Parts: sequence; C-alpha cells; structure tokens
Amino acid sequence: MSGKRLTARSYFVAWASLVLLSASTLLLSFAPLGGFHAGAAVLIAGIKAGIIVLVFMHLAEQSNVQRLALIFALLLLAILVTFTAADVATRHVTARPPVVGDR
Amino acid sequence: MPATKSQPPPAAAIATSYLNAETTIRSWLLTTDHKRIGVLFLAATSAALALGGVFALLVRLELLTPDRTFMDAMTYNRFFTLHGVIMVWLFMIPAIPAAFGNFLLPLMLGARDVAFPRLNLASFYFYVAGAVVVLGGAIAGGADTGWTFYPPYSSQTPTALVPVLLGVFILGISSTITGINFIVTTHTMRTRGLHWFRMPLFVWAIYATSIILVLATPVLGMTLLLVAVDHAFGLGIFDPAIGGDPILFQHIFWFYSHPAVYIMVLPAMGVITEVVQAFSRKEIFSYHAIVIASLGIAFIGFLTWGHHMFTSGMSMFDAAAFGSLSMFVAVFSAIKVFTWVATLYRGSIVLDAPMLYFFGFLFLFSIGGMTGVALASTSLDVHWHDTYFVVAHFHFIMVGGTMMAFLAALHYWFPKMFGRLYPRMWSVVAAFLVFSGFVITFSPQFWLGNAGMPRRYFSYPPEFQALHVISTVGSWAIAAGLVLTLAYLVGSLRWGKPAGANPWGVASFEWDTPSPPPQHNYEEAPVVTGGPHQYWREGGGS
Amino acid sequence: MKTDALQAHYEDLGKQTHAARLGMWIFVGSEALLFSALFTLYAAYRVAYPGTFGEAAGHTDLLLGSIMTFVLITSSYAVVAGLDAARRGRTGRVAPLLAAAMALGLAFLVLKGVEYTIHFRDGIFPGRFYRFEAFPTDGARIFFTLYYFMTGLHALHVAGGLVLLGALAWLARQGRFDAVYHTPLELGGLYWHFVDVIWIFLWPLFYLLR
Repeated sequence: MSGKRLTARSYFVAWASLVLLSASTLLLSFAPLGGFHAGAAVLIAGIKAGIIVLVFMHLAEQSNVQRLALIFALLLLAILVTFTAADVATRHVTARPPVVGDR
Repeated sequence: MPATKSQPPPAAAIATSYLNAETTIRSWLLTTDHKRIGVLFLAATSAALALGGVFALLVRLELLTPDRTFMDAMTYNRFFTLHGVIMVWLFMIPAIPAAFGNFLLPLMLGARDVAFPRLNLASFYFYVAGAVVVLGGAIAGGADTGWTFYPPYSSQTPTALVPVLLGVFILGISSTITGINFIVTTHTMRTRGLHWFRMPLFVWAIYATSIILVLATPVLGMTLLLVAVDHAFGLGIFDPAIGGDPILFQHIFWFYSHPAVYIMVLPAMGVITEVVQAFSRKEIFSYHAIVIASLGIAFIGFLTWGHHMFTSGMSMFDAAAFGSLSMFVAVFSAIKVFTWVATLYRGSIVLDAPMLYFFGFLFLFSIGGMTGVALASTSLDVHWHDTYFVVAHFHFIMVGGTMMAFLAALHYWFPKMFGRLYPRMWSVVAAFLVFSGFVITFSPQFWLGNAGMPRRYFSYPPEFQALHVISTVGSWAIAAGLVLTLAYLVGSLRWGKPAGANPWGVASFEWDTPSPPPQHNYEEAPVVTGGPHQYWREGGGS
Repeated sequence: MKTDALQAHYEDLGKQTHAARLGMWIFVGSEALLFSALFTLYAAYRVAYPGTFGEAAGHTDLLLGSIMTFVLITSSYAVVAGLDAARRGRTGRVAPLLAAAMALGLAFLVLKGVEYTIHFRDGIFPGRFYRFEAFPTDGARIFFTLYYFMTGLHALHVAGGLVLLGALAWLARQGRFDAVYHTPLELGGLYWHFVDVIWIFLWPLFYLLR
C-alpha cells in the first residue's frame, strides 16, 4: 500500500469538486469556443474521472500495480481512438457519397 | 512391431495424485483444482482441433478440382468460416494458455492453485457454453462471412450468424476471466524467493499473453455485439446506405484480432523456450532478451492492426503508420529466434519428440514471420492481399508455429500430467508426418497466392489445379500424424510405462513434484534460491 | 470481528485481499476497453460529420442529462461514504447509504426512460427505424444510433449495478461487514464508480458538444 489515507473530508471535497466541474462544463458549453469545445469538454471530463478514480476508487491509497493496469488500458483506448479517427480525418476521398444536409 | 506387454505398475507406485484423489464425475465437473481444469481444457481444445481439422480437410477436398467437386459454393463458404471460427476461438486462443497455463502456472510458481480457483472453473464453463452456442449455429447452417464477419455482407447474410457471434462473445468472457486469473496469480502467488526475474520463461509468456487477453478481448466482444445487433435488427451502424462506414468495423475488429494472433503465438513461444532449454541441457542464452521480447511483442502488437486493411480504403496516412509499426514487431520475434538458436550452441541436444517439434517450429515460424514482414509492406500487400499468400503466411505461423508448439508442450509435459511415458518411435513418426504434411500443404500456397489465386474462392482457373492437389495431399499427411498422435497418447494413458518424477532430467520447478502431481501440489511452499534452470542439479535419466 | 475465510491456497488474508482488489481493477480496465470500441466509433463518425453531430447534440435534453450527471455523482458519493463508514466501524450506516445510492441510481434510470420516451415521440429511433423529421440526415441518424447504443449499454450497466448494490446492502444489514473485513463493499464500489466515470464521458459527448 502506498499513498495517503483518504478521509470523510476527502470524499466530500471530491464530491463538491465534481459538482463544480460539471457546472463549469455546462457553462462552458454555451461559450463561443469554436473548435475547442470538444477538447475542453473531454479535458474536464478527464479531470472529473481522475477525481473519481483517485478518491472514490481509492487509487491514491493503493499500489503501483493497479495504476499501471489503468494507465495501460487508457493508453490502448487512446491508440484505438486516435488511429481510427485519424483514418477518417486523413482520407482524401470520402468513403461514402455526401448526403444533402450533412456537413 | 512387437506387441508391448501391458504390465500394470506395481501397487506401491500408484500414489494418490490429483487424478485419482477423487474419482466421481462430480469431482471432475465441479473441480477447482487447476490441474484438473487444465486437463478438461486440454480435452476440449483437442476436440476442437479435431473438428476444425475436419472442416479443413473438407475444404481442401473441394479444392481438388477447379469447379465444384462435391459441395456447392454456399456450403464451401460455411465450411471455411467454421474452420476459421473453430480454429481461432475454440483452439488457438485457449489451447496453450488454458490447458498448459492452467496446469503449470501454480506448479511453476510454487503455489497451491491459481488466485481465483472458482473463477477458473467458471472460465471452463463459459468455454463450454460458447462452444455449444457456436456449434448450435453451425448445425443451424453456420455463417458464410468468413471468420472476420465484415459488414456490409455480415448485416445482410441469410445464414445463422447471430448464434455464431454470440458463441464467440461467450468464449471471449472465458478468455478474459483466464487472463485476469493468470495476471493476479503471477503477481500474488509466487513462492518465497521467486522474484520476477527468477520465474520460468513460460510464466512470462503466459503473463504477457494475459495482458493482451484482458485488454483486447472486450473490444472484440463489443464489435461482435454491434454486428449481431446490426444483423438482427438492421441498425446499420456500418451501412453506407444510411451514412455508416464499413471500414470502422474493420478498425475495431482488427484492434482485437491482431493482438489475438499474439495471444496465439506468445504461449507457443513460451513452450518453445522451455523445450529448447530442457533438450539442450542448457539455460536460455539470454533470459532478459526473452522477457523484453515477450513484453515488447505484447505492446507493439496493439499498434499494428491496420496492416490487415491496406486495401480497404483506409487513409494513406494510417497505412504508412501501421506499415512501419508492423515491421517493429518482427524485431522482437527475431530476438527470440536468435536467442533460441544461440541456446542450442554448445548444448547437449536430445532429439526427443518435443525437440523435433522445436526444430519444426523454428524453421516454419521463421518463414511465416519473414513473409509477415513482406506483407507489412503496403506496396507488396496490394498484390498479395486476400490471396493464398496471406493464407500461407498465417498458417505457417499458426500451424507451423503454434500447433507445433502445442504438440511440443503435449509431448513434453504429458509424462508430468499423466504419469506415463509414450512410445518414442511413434512420436517421432508422427512428428515427421505432421511436419512434412505441413510443408507439402502450405508451401505451394505461397506460389498460388503470388500467382493470383484468391482466398475463400470455391472455384479457380485450371492452371492452379496442380498446386491445389499437392496442397490437399499434404493435408492428409497432417491428419494422419495427428490421428496417430491421439492414438498413442490415449493408449499411453492406459499402457504407458510409469514416467517417474523427472523423465527428461530437467531442472525446473514443475519437475520436482511427482508425476502426476498430488492434489495440492506442495505440502510446504518451496523456497527458491536461484534461477529456473540450474543444470548442475541432479536429474533423473530419460 | 468478521473476517473473510482464508482460502487454502493463500498465505495470508492481506495477500488474498490484495489479489481480489487487483483482479477487480483489471476487470474494470477490461470493461473500459469494452466501451472504448463505442467511443472510437463516436470519434470517427464525429470527424466524418462534424457539423451534423454538433447540431444533433442540440436535440438531446440538456436539463435532463445534467440532472442525471448530478444524480450519478451523488450516488457515487453515497457508495464511498458507505465504504468509509464500514472502514471506521460504523456499520449501522452502511446499508442506509447504499440504499440512498440505489435510490439515486434508480432515479437515473427513470430519467433515462423519460428521455427515451420523449425521443420516441419525436420519431428518434436507432438505425433504420429513425424518422426524425426535423433532422432527417444520415449524420444525425448515426449520432442517435450511437446515442441509443452507448447510453443503453450504460443503462444496462447501471441496472446491473443496482442489483449489486442491493446485494451489498442486504449483506450489510446482515452485519457481514466491519472495520477489518469489507472487501465485497470495496469491489462493488469500484464497479459503481466505473459506471459513473463512463457517464461522465457520455454526458459531454451527447449533450454538451452542441
């Protein structure tokens, strides 16, 4: 076991942060961010997920092996999403004919 | 040949072992003993090998003549699909890990069982359930999409696709459970003194395999679920007519299915590493090289899936990335091949059946691997994709590689698992039959593919017939070798000479126990003070 | 003092608990990969239909979705508070806290059902059944097909989680957990928090990225 021991206070602070972060993503979704919407939303979601994993799921208290398992799984997820989306993004000829109304 | 006199072993030699500690059917069906579960998996996966082999023989029979020989095109499509599905998911993926991994991991770690014995039993029953559902689908007519289930055709095919997909999904649950069990076992159940870098290399191989099992299999599960829902309800998530993209299916399918081939080959390599040390009487040339190569293959294997999609319509950017990454994985396989060869040097080589399969593996896997590197070149793949060149490549790896390793494992650990020896002469004959049969079956397929023979085709131009006939004849030799193997191994269960604890004189942990091992493996947990293969210890004679 | 029965093949209880925890984490990792195929499809289709996806997201109910986010976050809080109570020996509070988490989870599912009903009324169905007149394009159809599949699969996981929490609450009422032994509570909690994390990503993807 490594890391500090979490307390009832930690859980409350975590919950409050989650609510606040959710509220800010909601507000941000109305702001004129243009192309940065997706990045901002996913980033904040990632922070919220991190809080849940570290505090609610106690990863902050636990050993490196669990962290490695999680990191590796996330890395693979990133690889899958990135290469697949990159395929669609870098095809110069569309894979299907465009439909009226689709942008 | 002179008849062998069957002598029952003297009464004192029939000690209590895991085989006879309890003998009711219930004690077998509800066992949580990893050794019994390993034996159950061995029986089940061997049956699957036989069934998949029957479909292969039928497919090859049909290909004896350029047009219809004795079945129609739809049946042919169903048969090669079932051959693929059964071989991949009922044999290749589970065989070495679930049969030999289960039996050996705790023994090699000095433990009494795996981390989660009841989950282990559950993994066996998920396997059985999945197999039953797949076979039910086969009886209902089976799928005709090929084992790769590509849409749009898979959404529209009139065949019984959904049971086949569901069966594979259930098999995936079995694989995932096995993987979780092995990873946790390796982390938490090593006996005192057994540091990570003192473990037998077979354990490292199973560990790397298990990482792939737990992370890749769920992606397959979701992919198959999407196709099943598509087929059953017409969702059309991959249907171009309503805006879908079939290439996306290929991405998520191959994201699993490429690492899947490393699930199939890593345990095989683990077996090969054990066998080469045992039968050269020498420790592996570099322990760390094998560890790094095993983990490297597991990791890089996740980055290469697009090389199955060079001609699909995927972007050139992705094709370039996947092509280069695919070349990398060969570096790790090559490190292993060179390490095995270097182990032979100045070794004291004994040509028993496991070692014959080792040499078969070395030769055939190397050819398979090199043709893989060739296929990873996008420009070459454009010519070879979907031809027999690819079929030959992966059969060299999967049959010439993994199946040979499976046979090596069987012949190496059979005395330990069942306490009996098998007749050496017949094992050598069978090994030659299987090897030469393999070469005759699959070498012509490189020429066929390069000349343009497409895969999965029921009929072909007459100029290809000669090579097809040669290939089919080879398949009969493989079948003969495997049937012979089954015969003498099953016979040896009853009439084989008692093996003794260490018939090969090998200095690694699992040989320290009696053959067959007692129910709880070790009375006291052993303490490890050195590496896995210390050949200055005294071993028994062969 | 309650304890888990030490199984014959483990050296000590500490190792056994560590093994159970590691096993559960690996399982959670594999479940994450299960959803990753769907997130991949979303990402790829979003790249293919950037404007359409954004517009389609405007047709989901932002208020309901946001309430559901709050509900799930709070139910996770209740679960971890229950685990904390057990760790500190205040075992009487475990079952009520788990019950509160279950109530919130049930509320989530009810709201989801309400949402789906609203969509059905508009003609928003998955796949080839889609007939939303305000937005008849292919990209929107794909968006909503993914929406149903991903939120539907998530809802199934929530339902499974409710059964799990129910079982844990019942065990807690039986007095089976205390400061020394509460492993099933911990492992069940891991599952519930994981389901929450998935929703934390689903919410922006289907409701916020307008």
